[in-house]
Amino acid sequence: MPADQSPNRGLSFQLLRSGASSDAPAPTRTKAFQKASTRRWHRIGEFSIESLIRLCGISAIIFIFAIFFFVLREAAPVLRKLDIGKFLFTTAWYPTSLGTPRYGVLALIVGTLSVTTLAMVVAVPFGLGAAIFVSEFCSGKVRETLKVVIELLAAIPSVVWGFIGLTVMNAAIQKLFDAEVGVNVLNAGIILALMSVPIIVSIGEDALKAVPDSFREAGIALGATKWQLVYRVLLPAAKNGLLAAALLGVARAVGETMAVLMATGNSVNIPHSLFDSVRTLTQTIAAELGETSHGSDHYRVLFLIGVLLFIITFVINLSADLAVRGIRKK
Amino acid sequence: MNPSAIPIQPETVSRFTETPLIRKKHRRELVAKGIFGAMALAMVIPLLIIIGYLLIKAWPLLSWGFLTHNPTNGMRQGGVWSAFLGTIYLVVVSLCIAAPVGVLSAVYLNEYAKENWFTRIVNLAVLNLAGVPSIVHALFGLGAFVLFAGIGRSIIAASLTLAIMTMPVIIASTKEALASVPMNFREACWNVGASRWQTIKGIVLPNSLSGILTGVILQVSRTAGETAPIMFTGAVFYRDIVEGNLFAYKLTDQCMALSMHLFAVSTQVTNAPEALPYAIAVVLLGSVLLVNATAIIVRTYLRSRKKW
Repeated sequence: MPADQSPNRGLSFQLLRSGASSDAPAPTRTKAFQKASTRRWHRIGEFSIESLIRLCGISAIIFIFAIFFFVLREAAPVLRKLDIGKFLFTTAWYPTSLGTPRYGVLALIVGTLSVTTLAMVVAVPFGLGAAIFVSEFCSGKVRETLKVVIELLAAIPSVVWGFIGLTVMNAAIQKLFDAEVGVNVLNAGIILALMSVPIIVSIGEDALKAVPDSFREAGIALGATKWQLVYRVLLPAAKNGLLAAALLGVARAVGETMAVLMATGNSVNIPHSLFDSVRTLTQTIAAELGETSHGSDHYRVLFLIGVLLFIITFVINLSADLAVRGIRKK
Repeated sequence: MNPSAIPIQPETVSRFTETPLIRKKHRRELVAKGIFGAMALAMVIPLLIIIGYLLIKAWPLLSWGFLTHNPTNGMRQGGVWSAFLGTIYLVVVSLCIAAPVGVLSAVYLNEYAKENWFTRIVNLAVLNLAGVPSIVHALFGLGAFVLFAGIGRSIIAASLTLAIMTMPVIIASTKEALASVPMNFREACWNVGASRWQTIKGIVLPNSLSGILTGVILQVSRTAGETAPIMFTGAVFYRDIVEGNLFAYKLTDQCMALSMHLFAVSTQVTNAPEALPYAIAVVLLGSVLLVNATAIIVRTYLRSRKKW
């Protein structure tokens, strides 16, 4: 029976894992009549490859720490000069002003928030709806096709999305809504929604798959329709996983750089309507880092924004993981 | 026996025909299915529209020569050769770094790691590595490889940044493949006296080849499309190289890249012919989707050959 198609895959996966960890025998010795030296070489080889595997295994931790360390290292000198309260809670972003450059990122944070919120308002219902459809309402060829489409949608590079925002969406928004500029919150929000839908669908589908089939069978035995099953049984049972899906979508939208760089209109202000241009944290780094001189305050402040972004996405990812862990425990 | 021969009793019919409640239930079911189906369809349509629109707009410029000639006249004419070759360099070098580390990392997580807090932290780190914004990876690449390690802006520095960024793709896919190898394969191997590494080398890795291959191919497509991480670590707007020479870049050179080229032409270059950025987008999107389609085909083919 194929392990990846078994109905309760979570369980079999669990069995495999616990087996791998506890039942693993110590490396067995080569046969006694073999030369002792060959045996030693075998053991040295085995030892070195296992050390290498362990080193690679923990590489992700090393990289995460390295990312935080090196970005903070470039930003650190400016922390002494900068008032963190002013940095976070004022809207004046004049990094290149000759007399008194001011670095307030509130407008950028609000810009990020506005496009992310709009993107999620569109993407979460659509993504979860599509996840439910793929996981519960269709089967066979339709499901395979939809999964392939989702995979391809996820593969479109962000710069291509940005280009579409800059050309297609820009023209469409100007025409449809009679707006002066087509690159604005609405444009970036829709682009980000399209970009984060695939991740919401695939994680949401995993969450629905993780609900044991016995739940479904019990529902069907009581005469429930599929919709009743979804609404009354699956959604409550998978709600943590679906929350995680939405959170990972948020993380994707917050961290997106190239698409927003080309689709938001790139002007620092707090938006009052959907048709205002904004600027996000990520795109500020991308747009300005090339023009700063190495070691200047402006350069270091951009790295500080990087630290801020790292912390924001780290917290979101951590809560998504905690949400998923919630279902595992049950 | 012919079922229609059974006489139908009136009470039985009334007991099993639809009551209004059941009819309502079925109507709701249909409505729900329709709505969810529409939502799923709403994802298929943009993909088709985007690909179709880009192709139509780019049509006048698409030819084999577009791929094999350098951009000329301030990137307003000519093809994409130097950018295309640069992307290939970045992909290959970062693949050489990310694939071994990623596969071994997945082997550790699936075959060696015990269920404890440390493994949980490693898994969390992988998840976070995939979630760190691409521009933060760019800052890291700039701070660590270009400045701290003193490599300078080069293909090496950009590829290292890309490798770290895309490694989680390989880890996730390989881990899933390793986990789907049945436990009794390993047990059988241990019982004939193989060591742990021998088991992994001889049994586990060959049997999970399809998943590993898929992960590697997906990493390639991801790497080819990224722009932000290479902006400050090794990609340049314009560079002239010899046409037709596959070894025109050195690893310590800066290079052009398709994604960066698309960004530059569509935002920085004025008076470019209208079809040019569309044509670049088609080349980029076409190569990425082609690579992804390969991954899907490889996966389906190898999965169909699986015997357990």
